[in-house]
Amino acid sequence: MRLAEQAAPMPLAPDARALLEVKGLKVRYGPIEALHGIDFAVAKGQLVALVGANGAGKTTLLRVLSGVHRQSEGTIGFDGTDISRLAPHRRVALGICQAPEGRQVFGPMSVEDNIRLGAYRRQSADLNERIDQAYVLFPVLKEKRKLSAGTLSGGQQQMLAIARALMGEPKLLLLDEPSLGLAPLLAAEILRVVDRLRQQGITILLVEQNARAALAIADFGYVMETGRIVKAGTGPELLQSEDVKRAYLGM
Amino acid sequence: MLSQFLQFLFAGLTVGATYALAALGYTLVYSASGMINFAQGEFIMLGAMTASALVAAGVPLLLALALAIAFTTLVGVTMAKFAVEPAKTTSMTSLIIITLGAGQVIRGAVQISLGKGNHALPGLSDERPLHILGAALVPQAIWIMGLALVIVLVLFWYFNATMHGKALVATSHNRLAAQLVGINTMGILTFSFALSAALGAIGGVLLAPITFTSYDAGTMLGLKGFVAAALGGLGSALGAVIGGLVLGIIEAMTAAYVSSAYKDAVAFILIILLFVVAPHGLFGAKSSHRV
Repeated sequence: MRLAEQAAPMPLAPDARALLEVKGLKVRYGPIEALHGIDFAVAKGQLVALVGANGAGKTTLLRVLSGVHRQSEGTIGFDGTDISRLAPHRRVALGICQAPEGRQVFGPMSVEDNIRLGAYRRQSADLNERIDQAYVLFPVLKEKRKLSAGTLSGGQQQMLAIARALMGEPKLLLLDEPSLGLAPLLAAEILRVVDRLRQQGITILLVEQNARAALAIADFGYVMETGRIVKAGTGPELLQSEDVKRAYLGM
Repeated sequence: MLSQFLQFLFAGLTVGATYALAALGYTLVYSASGMINFAQGEFIMLGAMTASALVAAGVPLLLALALAIAFTTLVGVTMAKFAVEPAKTTSMTSLIIITLGAGQVIRGAVQISLGKGNHALPGLSDERPLHILGAALVPQAIWIMGLALVIVLVLFWYFNATMHGKALVATSHNRLAAQLVGINTMGILTFSFALSAALGAIGGVLLAPITFTSYDAGTMLGLKGFVAAALGGLGSALGAVIGGLVLGIIEAMTAAYVSSAYKDAVAFILIILLFVVAPHGLFGAKSSHRV
């Protein structure tokens, strides 16, 4: 029997509410099944890490959660309602915001336009104040706000993608490999920001290849392998687990 | 000599302005979806034919023009919703063939309902030409160039100063990121078809008083518009406008100084040269994603 079935896990204390609840999620790309039935949940206010090797299906899972790729089976519940068939822009309106993997900014547009577009579904009178808050979080973006986003370094584009997602006032923030390809110091800085956002009360699903760093700040974690969730536990539990150590932490 | 040259230049700019509007239509749809809408020329014809039918039925001119533009826009939306959107997950080639098919349907429907003859449309103001340095300029030509300029300015404002316009530009740069910030990219696609149909129809009703129109007038105008858009580097609004004007002027000059028999060949010689010499268009390399 696969670990996945044993682990079909509920990370929640009985009284905690799940903000996101995924059941039996299967995804195919043409004839190939990429996700083979995923069950997991994210409790309100928690920082949940999703770790696993390249090609395990983590990015696919996030794309399905945002609605840009459709599941072939399974349901997605958000804040008590079924959003399985909702269009991507409606999910953003509900507060599911994603900072996608790797430099997905609007390259030729200015940094500030990129940030403003993050608030496309959240046009309000205090928009300028919220932009200032984003600049407080990432001061380097303020310096470069008039430059086109494509001229930023990889790390700065990553910050921009996160800032843009935050402008959508997320109830659930999906972060796909925010530290990918960054210098260690910058990667640590980004994860510090992630931790700070959690303390502000934003629920976060963090996808990372850097399992150690992600699990160290996570309340709960899932380990993915070839389209399945094979292990679940609190951050410290997973960090101590022999399997996880061997496979992902290089110990 | 000069007066003759000016005469040809005016003719070129007038036709060029309508090519520019058609080219903007191609550019809009291309920006929003990455596809080429080969029904664009039929929008030009449909606008002109509908307007002429309405005028013939006794509808006042301005109302007829407005109704014709609105109707063409509606056809554009219908096409996006029922022909393009359901097939959005298939290949780009299929989508382009769908637009060719939709174009044939529009053309066939007009042929059946309004006949094969040539149709005229009155101009926006009286027809006495103005004389500038010995060259005659018909008032309708001034209307065409003036309105085209206004439309281009409004489009620039829309793309650079409104949130909706920026969303369309953002979609052209990165569709995935656009979806993730909550832009309804399907809505943007429909909107781009509506806007390009409207632009085509406006060009059609403005040009018809000068050239006449018929059910098959859209094919050539559409191809010319495509050449103009390609000349400007698909996806560049400024390029589309310049491409349209350049094509119009070269055509007029060829007709005047070489032979009017080669007038239509110019566009196609240009596009072959373009593909060989500068495949990204004259403005494509620098600003292929500017709208």
